[in-house]
Amino acid sequence: MPPLLEVRDLVKYFPVYSRGIFRKKIIGNVHAVDHISFTVNERETVGLVGESGCGKTTTGKLILYLEKPSSGQIFFEGKEIVQTFSKGSKEEQMKLRRSMQMVFQNPYASLDPRMTVYDIISEPFKIHKHVPSSEWKERVYKLLEMVGLEPYHAERYPHEFSGGQRQRICIARALAVEPKFIIADEPVSSLDVSIRAQILNLIMELQERLGMSYLYISHDLSSVRQISQRVIVMYLGEIVEHAPTEKLFDRPVHPYTKALMSAVPIPDPKRKMNIIVLPGEVPSPINPPPGCRFHPRCQYADSKCKEEKPVLSEVDIDHFVSCHYWHKFV
Amino acid sequence: MNLLEIENLKTYFFTEAGVVKAVDDVTLSVERGCTVGLVGESGSGKSVTAQSVLRIVPRPGKIIGGKILFNGEDLLLKKEEEMRKYRGKKISLIFQDPTSSLNPLFTIGSQLADIVIEHEKVKKEEALDRVIKALRIVKLPDPEHAIYQYPHQFSGGMKQRICIARALLLNPELLFADEPTTNLDVTIQAQIIALLKDLQRELGMTLVMITHDMGIVAEMCKYVVVLYAGNVMESGSIEEIFERPHPYTEALLKAVPRLDETRKLISIPGNIPNLIDPPSGCRFHPRCQYAIDLCKEKKPPLEDVGNSHFISCHRWRELQGGRS
Repeated sequence: MPPLLEVRDLVKYFPVYSRGIFRKKIIGNVHAVDHISFTVNERETVGLVGESGCGKTTTGKLILYLEKPSSGQIFFEGKEIVQTFSKGSKEEQMKLRRSMQMVFQNPYASLDPRMTVYDIISEPFKIHKHVPSSEWKERVYKLLEMVGLEPYHAERYPHEFSGGQRQRICIARALAVEPKFIIADEPVSSLDVSIRAQILNLIMELQERLGMSYLYISHDLSSVRQISQRVIVMYLGEIVEHAPTEKLFDRPVHPYTKALMSAVPIPDPKRKMNIIVLPGEVPSPINPPPGCRFHPRCQYADSKCKEEKPVLSEVDIDHFVSCHYWHKFV
Repeated sequence: MNLLEIENLKTYFFTEAGVVKAVDDVTLSVERGCTVGLVGESGSGKSVTAQSVLRIVPRPGKIIGGKILFNGEDLLLKKEEEMRKYRGKKISLIFQDPTSSLNPLFTIGSQLADIVIEHEKVKKEEALDRVIKALRIVKLPDPEHAIYQYPHQFSGGMKQRICIARALLLNPELLFADEPTTNLDVTIQAQIIALLKDLQRELGMTLVMITHDMGIVAEMCKYVVVLYAGNVMESGSIEEIFERPHPYTEALLKAVPRLDETRKLISIPGNIPNLIDPPSGCRFHPRCQYAIDLCKEKKPPLEDVGNSHFISCHRWRELQGGRS
């Protein structure tokens, strides 16, 4: 079966301009996403992890055409969609929008404070006209129930809800168009610890109930492990490792993935951290380092890493690593 | 004698909507030379507790009762003038967001030197020397050059190092770190945790780590105080708290995803209570799976359950027996 979503060689550069008064010259590019490829299957959650600036959010926006890709292709249900979004008919575009939705990080900023919950959730019906207006009320109630809210919540405004409840409203709004695929960009990172599990469990439950597929974008490795079947690790716009969840967490191969995992504190006083401290910080994506982008911070790097860009090699079934010396770390 | 003893502290916020009981009857102690974790979610009162100790509670907040004994002296009885000698010099604070806690208009050297000049009346050159030394302690690269730079020229992790250096300038006896790594990336967070641990060990500092992350607590702290909705749920050594937790702590530990295992997350139902009208009795009872009628009616006292572990729960006896 072909994958639900396939991203092929996707690139996004943001131009950087000089500070001239009269003439602006492009003096460089931010290499936000640099030639990445991956797939998301039906009923699957793929986790996309990395630190700030690694290009994970940009990747999500590119898939939804909220940002225009510089190059590359995206296939949804076997059809190329970058072309559809840029040149296709309005009808085709609307159809695509209905199949892919997004849930954002900050539920405080992503709900209009002047709209009631009913207005917020029924707005997609107005736009896509896939539900006759006589059925709106019933549908809104059903969506609220699906995300664990009550019918009487429909008449309230966003400020009357807590962060967790607002995120439930955002999820209900995304579900209103009956999508097949949802991009969840850090959906729990602005929520309190005791509320996070509620939302993560809801996301997983909806997958079972509706057969949803997700791209789960996060910097939090622990929640990614919980929710994803496969995980992609990004660094400076590139994929460094890509594997089924259990393999990645039990046997990480790339030195960056290993360092990232060693940096997560585990809530158990008997298990002290054994931090692999990475020297320095993530370099600027405007002039990313040549060769392997991780080489300036990698303790194993040698002259080959500085000059030659590594490619993703399959080190185990479905386990891909972009490192010249992966065989040393397996 | 403990370095810090807080007894029955009450800090309320008198807002238009009503009185917010942000810190309500909090009792805790901090042993000299230890790292103590102050754990809780938003609205638990952990930051307000730190602000109360320094007496910098923002308006309309007010400390309305209790004692804060620092080296045996009650800070709540000090005059404002005397308090200024404590802030920064004896008790210091690191904030969550390093970007907003540094002044963008002044160089690092100038704003940090001002603190030394104000408290110790030294010359500018001497103050700058002290700043460079402090920046070296927090491992900021090239401190001689850094003092002439502005905050925006540093990354988040470096800014937090500068803030830590600022907090250490006057060799305080007690340092509060209020979620110092929340805004940072994981690898940078690990660097800051390692730095704070080293500093605590090398300088024998007393550190109160305010956080919502049980992982950081497990990694750094010797003792823990767990707060919920302005009340202390339990306090004790890190081992005790993870082995025989209060129902709230237990629920929290079951609800957080862990890096080292895939497991079913058991979520805590409901929401964090509104502190204008907090739940009666035990404030956690509406969300507690073990709650009985008594929990609704009567606030449980903080009881010694052995091994200097204090728990505020009516049912700790039977639960400890049944669980372990």
